Amino acid sequence: MASAKEIIAYRVAQDLKDGDVINLGIGLPTMVANYIPEGVEVTIQSENGILGMDRVAKEGEELKDVINSGGQPVLVNPGACYFDSAMSFGIIRGGHVDVTVLGALQVDEKGNLASHVVPGKMVPGMGGAMDLVVGAKEVIIATTHTQKGVAKILKEITLPATAVKCVDKIVTELCVIKVTDQGLELTEIAPGVTAEEVQAQTEATLIVSENLKTMAVPAE
Amino acid sequence: MKNKIVSVQEAVSHIKDGCSIMIGGFLGCGTSELMMDAIVEKGVKDLTIIGNDTAYVGVGAGKLVCAKLVKHVIATHIGTNKETGAQMTSGETEVTLVPQGSLAEKIRAAGMGLGAVITPTGVGTDVAIGKETMTIDGREYLVEPPVRADVAILKGSIVDKAGNVYYEGTSKNFQEVMAMAADTVIVEAEKLVEVGELDPNYVMTPAILVDYIIVGGDK
Repeated sequence: MASAKEIIAYRVAQDLKDGDVINLGIGLPTMVANYIPEGVEVTIQSENGILGMDRVAKEGEELKDVINSGGQPVLVNPGACYFDSAMSFGIIRGGHVDVTVLGALQVDEKGNLASHVVPGKMVPGMGGAMDLVVGAKEVIIATTHTQKGVAKILKEITLPATAVKCVDKIVTELCVIKVTDQGLELTEIAPGVTAEEVQAQTEATLIVSENLKTMAVPAE
Repeated sequence: MKNKIVSVQEAVSHIKDGCSIMIGGFLGCGTSELMMDAIVEKGVKDLTIIGNDTAYVGVGAGKLVCAKLVKHVIATHIGTNKETGAQMTSGETEVTLVPQGSLAEKIRAAGMGLGAVITPTGVGTDVAIGKETMTIDGREYLVEPPVRADVAILKGSIVDKAGNVYYEGTSKNFQEVMAMAADTVIVEAEKLVEVGELDPNYVMTPAILVDYIIVGGDK
């Protein structure tokens, strides 16, 4: 049985299109790279200055001075390039990244995102997240549906905003939600889960899609 | 040609109490550890440090924080160094968090003679507090002022004796913009070569921007 994180990463990967330029946040979003469908070639950006990133390097294979934005030594694909931070964020802010996948502490029905700070508790900083969510053409939030039972998908975020009205889609282990002008539209649910069960774990009101589908999950 | 090659001791004499320092590097990749060690040894205080992050405990800019030399950190992320967070919580060190793209552009603006950067990043967030906003073609932007420093400390993979710099891989990060935005620019040369040996096509920081070179690597 796949873990919640594997289910989420797998489902996000199914949305990627051949030729997409993508940026994956640290943690769960990074796992999306493991499930990119066959025949789909994407270019992965690492905001510290790479387009064409491959996988994490094993011991002994490290390239000199080549790390990802999480600090891990990584390999790059043929045709990759390196650049400085101004260029990297020009690429991001300038709309040259098709999809960014990020985690979330909270997300709400207006598409507002809180992902970078819990005042007084956890203040790591926003890193590149604020630029990514305003600049990428599509913002996908990849997150477990709740934080140990506490709802993360809310009517209104209570933590400081990382960006306002920026989220396009939310993928959890239970469902896929599209952010629309009318609110959150439940478009897919995981096998064996009902819309009522998803709603029970969601503070925001979900609008169940007329074409509600079963979510694709990794093969056993 | 002016001799820019100096000892680490001479280079560190430019770091004084209360000064602001830009530190090139991303989680330590591209940071001059020689200069970090020398600053810790000298023990200057009340520094303002500007850079992507404070790396890790015992690595890169993290060394200055752990030695309690820093009164103000301007960075995009401090989560990898628990000491920075602890000093922020205790009130010993002020931390200003800046979105990564905005930090690059604020430094770039200072170095390139621009009065500000107008960016959509941070609109509607705490980053916007106290900042002017502008609406252009119906979209809201923040006006982000430039950021300069007294000194920039960089590390080049290959540096010629005139001060032309090439940065390998992801060690470029903030170094190119920082080289333009500080009064004094110190570069650690991982590999120092004669003038003419570094192909002009690969120069990322022009020599005129560099004031001092220290010899790092294998010497």
